Amino acid sequence: MPDDSGRMIEELVGPTDPELSCDECFDVLDIYVELELASRAADAELPLMRAHLRGCSACRADYDSLRALLLADPGELA
Amino acid sequence: MTTEWPGASVAAGLAGTPDAAFDGWVARLSCPGAERDAAVTELHGLLLRTARFEIRRRREAFPHLVGADLDDLAWQSAADALMSILRRLGDFRGESRFTTWACKFAIVEAGTKVRRHAWQGREIPVTSSFWPVAADGAPSPHQQAEARELLSALQEEVERLTDRQRQVFVAITLNAVPIDVLAERLNTTRGALYKTLYDARRKLRAALAARGLGTDSERR
Repeated sequence: MPDDSGRMIEELVGPTDPELSCDECFDVLDIYVELELASRAADAELPLMRAHLRGCSACRADYDSLRALLLADPGELA
Repeated sequence: MTTEWPGASVAAGLAGTPDAAFDGWVARLSCPGAERDAAVTELHGLLLRTARFEIRRRREAFPHLVGADLDDLAWQSAADALMSILRRLGDFRGESRFTTWACKFAIVEAGTKVRRHAWQGREIPVTSSFWPVAADGAPSPHQQAEARELLSALQEEVERLTDRQRQVFVAITLNAVPIDVLAERLNTTRGALYKTLYDARRKLRAALAARGLGTDSERR
């Protein structure tokens, strides 16, 4: 299976790993992002999170934004 | 108390430790009086800046949206996030910084509002109008054929889903309808829709496996 096609298929049928629900993802999103940015073992502490972020584009967008927010220069918060 | 930018403490390596400002924020927001009013005003300012940050990130995907509409969405997002935070204050356990916990509410509100605004008046495509094709740049003809076979089988199996599962699967995965937009149109929640999508995907993976076809992640 070519890599691009493999990724495309996974986007269609989702990850096979167990995953959190959207509500559970929201509940721990802040903890997960802070753990990651502190170079701590976020996936070990919240093991079902990564699979959900692969499967749910809306939660992944929220994750990307919170991460970007915490990394942003304060000047970007006009 | 001044509103410290949450990223500052992350950079300083404080993330993941009990929030030093935990008691301060929760106490100020919990007891009635002038101190609470000041804390609410301060928090609203942070949420508004966060909502504007999120909307600036999202607007690239929706260039037809104009500035005045977007700032109105930022104000609405901050107000709704503030309401949610005050309602759920007891949920905060100090496992992250309070400001990080609070900002996620504004991000979700703003992201959802931008997507819904952008899709306002647009019809939701729920039929299989588009199916991806296997990448022509595959390493070998064999792998191209394998990908085409898998997609063809998937297309057949989608037709065997329940009507609701097919509607949700097609809209979200094939037609890129944002899940919160679809949830609003179907009068349900994002979580409930994702569960439907999850069940549909699980059924599809099982059907593909029964045909001897699997995704890469299943093979790993």
